[in-house]
Amino acid sequence: MAEYAGLGLFLLLGSGLVALFLVLTSVLGPKLRFAEKQEPFECGEHPIVSPYQRFNVKFYMVAVSFIIFDVEMVFLYPWAVVFKGLAWYGFVGMLIFLSVLTIGLAYEWMKGGLDWN
Amino acid sequence: METSTVVVSVFLFSIIALVFMPIMTWVERKQSALMQDRIGANRAEIFGIRAIGLIHPVTDAIKMFTKEDVIPTGANRFLHAICPFIAVVPAIVSFAVIPYGGSYTAWGSSWSLVVADLDYGVLYIFAIGSIAAYGSILAGWAGNNNWGMLGSIRVAAQMLSYEVSMGISVVGLFMIYGTLRLTDIGVAQQETFRLLGFVEHFGWATAGTAWVDFIKIPLWGAILQPLPMFIFLAAILAENKRPPFDTPEGESEIVAGYFIEYSGMKFGLFTAGELVEVVVISALMAALFLGGWSIPYLPETAIIGGLSELFGPNLANVLAMIIAVHVFFAKVLALIFFQMLIRWSLPRFRYDQVMNLGWKILLPLSIANIVVTGFVILLVAEITG
Repeated sequence: MAEYAGLGLFLLLGSGLVALFLVLTSVLGPKLRFAEKQEPFECGEHPIVSPYQRFNVKFYMVAVSFIIFDVEMVFLYPWAVVFKGLAWYGFVGMLIFLSVLTIGLAYEWMKGGLDWN
Repeated sequence: METSTVVVSVFLFSIIALVFMPIMTWVERKQSALMQDRIGANRAEIFGIRAIGLIHPVTDAIKMFTKEDVIPTGANRFLHAICPFIAVVPAIVSFAVIPYGGSYTAWGSSWSLVVADLDYGVLYIFAIGSIAAYGSILAGWAGNNNWGMLGSIRVAAQMLSYEVSMGISVVGLFMIYGTLRLTDIGVAQQETFRLLGFVEHFGWATAGTAWVDFIKIPLWGAILQPLPMFIFLAAILAENKRPPFDTPEGESEIVAGYFIEYSGMKFGLFTAGELVEVVVISALMAALFLGGWSIPYLPETAIIGGLSELFGPNLANVLAMIIAVHVFFAKVLALIFFQMLIRWSLPRFRYDQVMNLGWKILLPLSIANIVVTGFVILLVAEITG
């Protein structure tokens, strides 16, 4: 646990500094509030639509692909650290795992899931 | 807590918070001025002292602190207030595992120039870096603003896309060094290998031949894994959302993207966070690919040994420590310069280009790199037995 002491101190220093900045800026600044000023910025117009609407399904595709490849990454890291000990056995095993995912990526690519037009 | 840990932490923190955080704005202004053949910001003065524009960060801070903190109607006040915090603190805290020097023993006390020597160091940086994404995503979401929401969606998709290739590109490096601990990677990069060593192995020359020993190459990540270095650099620059990957901000299309509803120092903190992240990227690149605190062809043991003959072992360790810190930060400064070059040279990518680069180019290349690296490592192991 000793190596986490520095980390804790660093977190404390960093968050302390940023918290101080946030408190200072809300204390020091002027406070002149009226309805027009508090409106969300919309290039000078009154905002008429809510920002919380449906968005393009492509972003959903990105999220799904991200989860697949991020989990792959989690498997790759411990494998990479012990790679030299596993030798060919580990290499072929990971090759099979990678090829399954690469076929998945190729399929998504062919289906147009990665296109942004 | 040991005294050395406190000193090492406070030293690194003050370098980040008091040197890099304010001065990076100056670097950005002055370097853009240099590249565009201008003089750059130099008008702010204190008692007639202009100090080549170094007063500007101070005036910036004063201005931002004294600006009104506007929170728009309909905004989520809690998230709006906390987002600058989430965006900046991870950038600062990710420095904690980056070693800016080796381990030194002087007058009976040992000093290791890293705040927290975690054995999963790189994974820690990626994990903390992902938390910073929440700061940007929620900032756009919390402001009740159409442009902010668009920026926030773009941030989410872009950061997710590039996190994959960023993480996978460096796997080859961990296969070679067999560790995720950044101090171990730093030590491993001080070694050299003989480029013509295979000649001896195949019996084409006797062991100890001068011309075989002559060409030595440092075991830097940049030399062992040149392609992943560029993939990693491109991916991590995209993670940082600065030009040419600044589609989430896109001043000319979505005004300022995710931090559009921020003013005063809250706005300043987002900028500061980005600039601190520039330093993080430089430090990480230096630690992973450019030999960390080491000088090529001059391993640290040789430096300490040589200095010990002149000054004795204690002073030699102290001097070696000072040299290491300077070498490391010289590399960091060079990489900051390089990043600013990119930032002021390339125009912004279109959003489909950004996504294509991440998924169709960088990701297949980094997966292919793992296969090739693994094959070469095992082949070399087979040959040399």
